[in-house]
Amino acid sequence: MKSNQNKSAVNAGPNEFFLGVTTFFPLIFAATPIGLLFGALAAQKGMSPLEVLLMGSFVFAGGSQFLALDLWSDPLPWLTIAFSTFLINLRHVLMSASLAPKLGHWTPLQKYLGFFILADEVWALSEQRAMKQHTTFSFYLGVGLTLFVTWQAASVAGSLIGAVMGDPSRYGLDFAFTALFICLVMGFWQGRKTGVVLAASGLAAVLTHKFVPGAWYIIAGAIAGVIAAAIQYDDNPNRLQKPAEALQS
Amino acid sequence: MMSEVFAVDPLVLFTILVMAAGTYLTRIAGLVLTKFVTFSGRTEAALQAVPPAILMSVVAPTAFATGIAETAATAITAIAALRLPMLAAMTLGVVSVVVLRLALTVI
Repeated sequence: MKSNQNKSAVNAGPNEFFLGVTTFFPLIFAATPIGLLFGALAAQKGMSPLEVLLMGSFVFAGGSQFLALDLWSDPLPWLTIAFSTFLINLRHVLMSASLAPKLGHWTPLQKYLGFFILADEVWALSEQRAMKQHTTFSFYLGVGLTLFVTWQAASVAGSLIGAVMGDPSRYGLDFAFTALFICLVMGFWQGRKTGVVLAASGLAAVLTHKFVPGAWYIIAGAIAGVIAAAIQYDDNPNRLQKPAEALQS
Repeated sequence: MMSEVFAVDPLVLFTILVMAAGTYLTRIAGLVLTKFVTFSGRTEAALQAVPPAILMSVVAPTAFATGIAETAATAITAIAALRLPMLAAMTLGVVSVVVLRLALTVI
């Protein structure tokens, strides 16, 4: 932990960027079918390919884009769409607060520009990286830009070919996103305590999803998991890492 | 055809921009928040649970409350994720959901 800052400073640059790209590589196979699906659904709702590209580039949050499509109708209920988007994206507050202290040497400009593309997958891989050392801007950019390009290309392609593709659930591709997230969840496994956190958030999310409409289940699940972790916190832990070192890093 | 591809409705553009503004606000909120508040002890432990808790919440309804095929495929993916590279575990998960859905409709 102590040498983190040195490491992240030395490794900054093209190598870190390339590492980010290669770390993201397997996720291309999860993001592409979801992007194609988004584009195809958007075309059905009457959006033009350019509108699909604009939404993908400016919003760049898959979950809320799908939610917006769900609400898309004529006349366009823009206020409802905007509010629902905000609600489902509230999880980003926790995500950015969690990632912010784990960044390497980022300038304020890098932070405020970089977090524009803080999509779930970008955040998750940055958190995974942060388990070993601080996340550098180059690494983050490598991950983020690869997802950005993949997402735009796939969703525009989806909006152009749309109807030809048919139902993606036929190929099990609707499950690709779930499978990806399960793999990412397992990456955070640190023993029994993690199990309790996951059980609490899973249960809260399923129950909230069943009884409360909208995207509240994500917030409810996140809060339940956080509470479970707080309850389990041990004041006198048997950790390898000394508090003084943790403070330094 | 060309004009259809590049057509942008003003209200659509406005909706997209409002969505984008809200999303960007949530993304930088954590940056602003951690500037004024430092986390330690129990709060830090709680914050460390955020990544797995959010990921779990996002998938839980699909993974556990859709059907037997999805739940079984979730278990297979999770076990595979501990042993195989991510892409292999994901592929196994997608393949098993297809096989299980097919098997369940045949029965």
